[in-house]
Amino acid sequence: MNRTVLLWLTIGLVSFLILPWYVIEDGFWGLEWLVDGYPLDPDYGPAWSQIMTGGKVWLSPIPLFLLLPFATWGRPKTDPLYSRILLISGMGGLGYILLQAFTIGIAGWEFLVLESLFDPIDRQYGMGYGGLLVSAAFLFMITQGVAARGVINGDVFVVSSIGLISAIVVMFIFFPVSRILISALQDNEGLYSVVAFTSKISHYKIWGLGCLTSNVGCGAAWNSLFLAITVGLTTTALGLVFALLATRSGFKHRKLLRALTVLPIITPPFVIGLSLILLFGVSGVVTQFVGDLIGVTPGRWLYGMPGILLAQLLAFTPIAFLVMIGVVEGISPSMEEAAQTLRADRWRTFTTVSLPLMRPGLANAFLLGFIESMADFGNPLVLGGDYDVLSTEIFFAIVGAQNDQGMAGVLALVLLGFTLSAFFIQRRWLGKKSYTTVTGKGDSGFHSALPNRLKWPIYGIAGSWTAFTIVIYCMIMFGGFVEVWGLDHSLTFKHYITAFSVDFGEHGILWEGSAWNSFWTTITIATIAAPLTAGLGLLTAYVLVRQKFRGHDIFEFGTMLSFAIPGTIIGVSYILAFNVPPIELTGTGAILVLCFIFRNMPVGVRAGVAAMSQLDKSLDEASLTLGANSFYTFRKVVLPLLRPAILAALVYSFVRAMTAISAVIFLVSAEYDMATSYIIGRVENNDYGLAIAYCSILILVMLSAVSIFQFLVGDRRLGRRSQSPAKSPAQQSPPNTEEKFA
Amino acid sequence: MKIYKLMLTTAIGVVVAMGFGTGPAAAKGKLNYYCSAQEDWCQLMAKGFEKETGIKVNMSRKSSGETFAQIKAESRNPKGDVWWGGTGDPHLQAAEEGLTEPYVTPIRGELNGWAISQAKSADDKTIGIYSGALGYGYNADVLKQNNLPVPACWKDLLKPVYKGHVQMANPNSSGTAYTTLATIVQLFGEEEGFEFMKGLHKNINQYTKSGSAPIKAAARGENTIGIVFLHDAVKQAVKGFPIVAVAPCEGTGYEIGSMSIIKGSRNMEEAKKFYDFALRADIQSRALEVKAFQVPSNKAAKTSPKAPKLADIKLIDYDFKKYGSSSERKRLLKKWDDEVKSLAK
Repeated sequence: MNRTVLLWLTIGLVSFLILPWYVIEDGFWGLEWLVDGYPLDPDYGPAWSQIMTGGKVWLSPIPLFLLLPFATWGRPKTDPLYSRILLISGMGGLGYILLQAFTIGIAGWEFLVLESLFDPIDRQYGMGYGGLLVSAAFLFMITQGVAARGVINGDVFVVSSIGLISAIVVMFIFFPVSRILISALQDNEGLYSVVAFTSKISHYKIWGLGCLTSNVGCGAAWNSLFLAITVGLTTTALGLVFALLATRSGFKHRKLLRALTVLPIITPPFVIGLSLILLFGVSGVVTQFVGDLIGVTPGRWLYGMPGILLAQLLAFTPIAFLVMIGVVEGISPSMEEAAQTLRADRWRTFTTVSLPLMRPGLANAFLLGFIESMADFGNPLVLGGDYDVLSTEIFFAIVGAQNDQGMAGVLALVLLGFTLSAFFIQRRWLGKKSYTTVTGKGDSGFHSALPNRLKWPIYGIAGSWTAFTIVIYCMIMFGGFVEVWGLDHSLTFKHYITAFSVDFGEHGILWEGSAWNSFWTTITIATIAAPLTAGLGLLTAYVLVRQKFRGHDIFEFGTMLSFAIPGTIIGVSYILAFNVPPIELTGTGAILVLCFIFRNMPVGVRAGVAAMSQLDKSLDEASLTLGANSFYTFRKVVLPLLRPAILAALVYSFVRAMTAISAVIFLVSAEYDMATSYIIGRVENNDYGLAIAYCSILILVMLSAVSIFQFLVGDRRLGRRSQSPAKSPAQQSPPNTEEKFA
Repeated sequence: MKIYKLMLTTAIGVVVAMGFGTGPAAAKGKLNYYCSAQEDWCQLMAKGFEKETGIKVNMSRKSSGETFAQIKAESRNPKGDVWWGGTGDPHLQAAEEGLTEPYVTPIRGELNGWAISQAKSADDKTIGIYSGALGYGYNADVLKQNNLPVPACWKDLLKPVYKGHVQMANPNSSGTAYTTLATIVQLFGEEEGFEFMKGLHKNINQYTKSGSAPIKAAARGENTIGIVFLHDAVKQAVKGFPIVAVAPCEGTGYEIGSMSIIKGSRNMEEAKKFYDFALRADIQSRALEVKAFQVPSNKAAKTSPKAPKLADIKLIDYDFKKYGSSSERKRLLKKWDDEVKSLAK
């Protein structure tokens, strides 16, 4: 019998016999259950005691499914019966657990039909350690069974990865989101109605074209679409500019550039909006200055499309940069050298060789920019003016005076339609071409320097953008040290003291500041979420790029879906889905962690896919030929080459966990309050000083976190490319130093 | 076995993540408190209650719309116990949808008439804790810079000189703006009221999403006149911004900030204790510590001389029952969308 099958069987049986089956009231780590009536207490009992003494008779078929795999004892993997037994056990077990969990809830029967057919039944709570681990054991029985049938060359690692990812994507994305999309089809009384749906989806607030003919606003759908395309194109271009500057221009302070481009993503969005207002608003510094200079004061141009665009460019260019830099770095100098040997000049080489090889990066950067803009919530809220976009409309359909969840569902459908179309167009544009540039073959060249006609524009654009970013951040830092920003500019530390004062009492340090509680929660949750997000994202990317299997496209779509859904929808749908059994999560820290993992995983996937499509499959094949299995290959060959992608995923997920707003606002609880929700409270109260002081501290924390991640992950070494390409040959280190370190 | 390490780690990670922290507990002496007023006021109430009773308070602060959405989403398995603060409409709506629990406090006699009539209109499922009149505030500096006259009435805001100088929130997203719409309709009658809104539309520079945003923008010079609750305007003035609050001469409507006990609360005793606590005069007087200038519902509670006095303001007889009901709300909002918002400026 296979050892992995045995391992999971043991886990399953142990969980069934020993661990509490249901959720424990005082938390996952609370060990009180061990001394408080276990195993016979109905609150803490494992499954067998629930069946015997707790009255939960419907759990009794589960051990049958758990014992079934022992029938494979002594059978070879190739025996068709072997895989059949495992499949029956896994599917039957998992299916039965889900069936009982969804039909019997906290009030007994969940459906009226069942209530009328059967006698009343005992209630049950959400699944705890026991229930979850037994389900996991069944899941891996299925994957073992599928692999044994020879699917994907019988590769257990790949099949299990696909199984695991699919299961959790279904559980944490499809299941909650379907709950809210169903509401799109319901009218105000909760009845299904086609009429209500059609009247909502064709509403002029969504599709109106008034802005073309008069000065009435256009529909939110057109506004969002126009904004997202502009943001996608511009951030991609700016990201490319910065990536070229960082890798090919001999620019001395690349580290600084990295830090600076990372700044905007580690800034809670309200703050960028506020500092833009203080610069360019009606009474802004720049506005007044221009007014004095030319005698005409610029009006309210900032409020509306231009303001949102500006703020989103500041916020999302770094994401494009993070995606682009991995790709630009990865392009093999050999190809460029070949082009130049064939007498192409540097401009021609750039446009016909380098740029086309960057297509995966360009496409992914655009897609991320497009989707980010579509789902962005903070910037339109502060700077939107009368320019309505889908994300804010959804938020206010739910929490606004209208209270129309159905409308929110409809708007979410429209938004989802846009992002999915962008996704498919991107795939078509990339086509089936090969973008492989990192191969196992000898590769010791340098990137060619930029052609001159590109070099100066790039310096110009990057320089002015950087200067702009610096000004914005000076404004922000300044805002934390003045009494009342925009009114009384006498310097003070009082905001920092209110938020972060520390006192030394007789029991050690007293965290007196009002922000400490949310601060520690935020850091803990971000630290837990980041590595999980990166791991899950890269595993998914590996499966997507390297493996061909049926349902590949659907699988890819599923993993990208959560990113296309605005946070508000995720937030409300998580409450709807996880407030009741079988999975009870509201009010815990876990729901925040899970929300972040599934919100941010697509970035890890995209970065991984972009980087991995550059790696020649022959590298994997060489490893496999030499007898390594696919997991070993993934770990020793693929992962080290993916370091930039890993870094991007880690940084992004950590940072987003600290700065996300729209989903979080529904999921925070008294015990688990997050930094952003605390900051919103302050901004709502017009307490900008305190909000900004908090943000400044968060920015520092995130900057150090980014450096720590950078240190832990390390650099990828590709030939000699990590050295500066523009150094003169005399300055170059001897060619063999690299080998010594490698 | 190595091939499982990564997946095991991921699987364990997810399980660990799911268990991170504590689940909802129903231990004795605990109160889950949803607060929809300003943060420092919420804190003050929570700390004060904790100190007096020793009951541990778990507070979460969200706007009244967000809290209502959350209570509705959680209705099958309620997590909150008491909901304090925020404008009265969502509280009335929660009562209408059966999300809150009726309760009659023993100290009801100490309260102002409007607080009790709020309770009566919702079958005792909610009660008034403070109230504030609607009006507008202007930035005196910006007004002077633009050589504009000082407005005193609602109808003044229709004058063409104010074009591009008035801001209000969108009634679809903000309770404040909905109160404005309902006030105008009750003050001038529906037909003339909508004519007023159409005229106002021409002068509006932006419909904000949040209710108090217009006065905050005015405080920072980004706007001239903001239609808001007077206590919000007074608050900006007290902070030192050049804001002047105006109670319109024709009369005006008001909001009743409310409190409700959530139906199916797991700590009903504690919730009722808090309910009585929050209505006491000495507790309501403490609002001044956090510069909350609303009018308290307890007759004996202290008020600030800076606070707008309801007695000095011409208040209309605001029909909370009618204009708080979801059908009337949907009708007015749709009419506003179709007839006002869609007009060219």
